[in-house]
Amino acid sequence: MTVTYLDNNATTAVDPRVLEAMRPFFCERYGNPSSMHSFGGTVARDVARARENLAQSLGASAKEIVFTSGGTEADSTAILSALATAPDRREIVTTRVEHPAVLNLCKRLARDRGYVVRWLSVDRQGKLDMDEVRSRITDNTAIVSVMWANNETGVIFPVEEISEIAHEHGAIMHTDAVQAVGKVPMNLEASQIDFLSLSGHKLHGPKGIGALYVRRGTRFSPFVVGGHQESDRRGGTENVPGIVGLGEAARLCSEGFADHVATMRRLRDRLEQGLMATVPLAHLNGHPEARLPNTLSIGFEYVEGEAILMRMDVKGICASSGSACTSGSLEPSHVLRAMGVPFNSVHGSIRFSLSRYTTEDEISYVLEEVPPIIRGLREMSPFGREYLSAVCTVQ
Amino acid sequence: MWEYTEKVKEHFFSPRNVGQLEDANAVGEVGSLACGDALKLFLKIDPQTDRIIDARFQTFGCGSAIASSSALTEMVKGKTVDEALKITNQDIADYLGGLPSEKMHCSVMGRDAFRAAVACYRGEPAPEEQLEGELVCECFGVTDEQIRSVARENNLTSVEQVTNYTKAGGGCGQCHEKIKEIIAQVRGELRKEKKAPAAAARPMTNIQKIAKIQEVIEKEIRPMLQQDGGDVDLIDVDGNRVLVALRGACVSCPSAGVTLSDAVGAKLKELVHPDLHVEEVSG
Repeated sequence: MTVTYLDNNATTAVDPRVLEAMRPFFCERYGNPSSMHSFGGTVARDVARARENLAQSLGASAKEIVFTSGGTEADSTAILSALATAPDRREIVTTRVEHPAVLNLCKRLARDRGYVVRWLSVDRQGKLDMDEVRSRITDNTAIVSVMWANNETGVIFPVEEISEIAHEHGAIMHTDAVQAVGKVPMNLEASQIDFLSLSGHKLHGPKGIGALYVRRGTRFSPFVVGGHQESDRRGGTENVPGIVGLGEAARLCSEGFADHVATMRRLRDRLEQGLMATVPLAHLNGHPEARLPNTLSIGFEYVEGEAILMRMDVKGICASSGSACTSGSLEPSHVLRAMGVPFNSVHGSIRFSLSRYTTEDEISYVLEEVPPIIRGLREMSPFGREYLSAVCTVQ
Repeated sequence: MWEYTEKVKEHFFSPRNVGQLEDANAVGEVGSLACGDALKLFLKIDPQTDRIIDARFQTFGCGSAIASSSALTEMVKGKTVDEALKITNQDIADYLGGLPSEKMHCSVMGRDAFRAAVACYRGEPAPEEQLEGELVCECFGVTDEQIRSVARENNLTSVEQVTNYTKAGGGCGQCHEKIKEIIAQVRGELRKEKKAPAAAARPMTNIQKIAKIQEVIEKEIRPMLQQDGGDVDLIDVDGNRVLVALRGACVSCPSAGVTLSDAVGAKLKELVHPDLHVEEVSG
C-alpha cells in the first residue's frame, strides 16, 4: 500500500541528495577530523563546509554553531549552560506548551535543584499573553526558553520580541526552533536570541544530529564534556556523516525556501478547508495565521483520536493525535489542555503535518478517505447523535 | 504504537452489534467524554427465562475500547443474566487474545457497563451508586470502592496496575499513596480469605507440601520481589525447613533479612503451613 505521510512534525524523509552527500563518510572518507594526517584532516573541511551552510541558512556565522546529537541535547545544553553561568539567578521562564525536551528538564530542575519555573500560559488559540511574558521575566531570571513554533499546533511565538525583554533583564534567551527551522525565515544576526536548538531529521536530514546556535559572546558552559571538539563546547568525536547531512539538508532548505513554504501552505490550506467543509463539528486547534505553513491540528468532536489513526493507518495515511490513548499516558496532550481545548474535541484531535514532498494527489486522497472515517466512528458513538443526525440530514 | 492482537483489530475494524436497540429492556452507561472513553450497552432480556436475546453497543473511545465493547456483546448474547454476570474483565481481554496492559481499563469498562445494564433491568440502583465510597482519583473520578473491587477481582499489586485497570492515578498522581493503602488492604483481605480454608485442610503429604510451597513462591512471592528487581529460587525442602536462595537486587539488599522473614516466611506460613521455617542458602 502507498504511504501517505502527513506526520512530518514527527520526522521527515531524508532528501536523497542529503544521503548522497553523507555516503562517502562511512566506508571511504571515514577519517577523524581531529587527526593530524591528511586522510582525517581533509574531512575537517567537509565539517567546516557543513557548519558554514547551516550557519548561512540561519543568518548566523559558522563559529556560532555547535553540533549536537539532536534537538534534545541542544535544549539541555542551552538551559543548563545558562543556569551554570548565572548561579545567582534562580528562575526559569518557559511556556506550558514546550516540547518534553524543555518541559521535563524544567520540571526536574524545579524538583531537584530548587529552581523556580515561571510557566507562561497560552490562550484558546495557543498564543502567549505578552503582558504576562513581561511580568514574569525579572532580574532573577537566568533563562527564558520559549519555542519558536509549537510541534502540535504549529503556533508561532514572537521569540525575537521576547528576547529583547529577556535582555532588558540580563537573562539568556533560548528558543527551541526544532519545528521552525526550514519553515520560518530566520536571520539570527539581526535578532537578540542567544541560543537556538534545531534537529536534522525535521528538515529532511538524518536522525541523531542537531545543533545549538550560540550567539557570539554568550557565556557558555558545556554539557557534554570531553575532547576539544566544537571549540571546546561539545566533547566527542564528530558525527561526520550526520554533520555533513545536516549541512546539506539546511542548504537545500534555504535554496528552495520560498517555493517549499508556498507549496506546503497551499496544500495545507486546501486540506484544512476541505476537511472543515466536509466534516461537521471540526475545529482548528491553534491560531489560523500565526502558524507554521505545514501544520494543521483539527479537533473532531465525539470521536477518539486513536480510533481515527487506526482507521487512517489501514488506508496508509500517517498522522498523529493529541488524544490520551495514543500517548501512553491517560491524559490528552498537555498543549491542547493548556489551550483549554474542550474535552469533546481534545480527544479527537489529529495533527496533519506536511513537507515539501507532499503532493496534490495525497491531499485529494486524504480528503476522500478521512471524512467517512470520522462519520463511521461517530455513528458508533453514544454522544451528540441527535445533533449529528440533524447535521447529517442537512447535508 | 500499540501491539494489538489480530482479534482486537478485527473487532475494531468490523465491530459486531453496533447501534441502539429499540426494544432494549436494559441499558448500561459508563465513562464520559471527559475521560476519553464511554460505552452505552443495550440489552434485550427475556423476562421469563432471564436469557439475553440481543445486545448492542455504542462506544466513544480508542481501538481497544471499541473492540472490548464488541467482544462483550458477543460474549453475553445467549447467556442468562446470572451466567453473564460471571464474565470478568479478564475474560473480555482473553476473548480478544489479550489487551496491552495499559488498555485493561477498556475491558473493565465492558464489565462495568454490563453490570450497570443488569442493575437497570433488575430495578436496582446503578453499581456506581452502590459503590459510592470516597473519591480517590479526582482527575478521573474514581472512588476507593471502585478501586477495591477491580483490585480484588484482578489480584492487582501495584499502583501502575490500578491505573491501567481503572485509570485512577493516571493524572496528577497525587492519589498514589492512597491507592497504595487500598492495595495493601485488599491484599490483606485476600490473604485472610485464603488462610481460612488452608488452615482447615487435612495434613499434607510431603509431596503436596513441596508442590504447594513451589506454587506459592511462583505465584505470590516472586512477582512481589521482581517488582523491586529481586528474585528467589526454591533450593530444597527438608521437613519444615524451606531452603531458598535470593537473586538479583535481593542479594545486595540491606533489608534482605527482613525480606526473607517478612515476605517469604510469612507468606509460606500463611498459605502453606504455619510451622514452616525459611532459611537462606547460597545457591
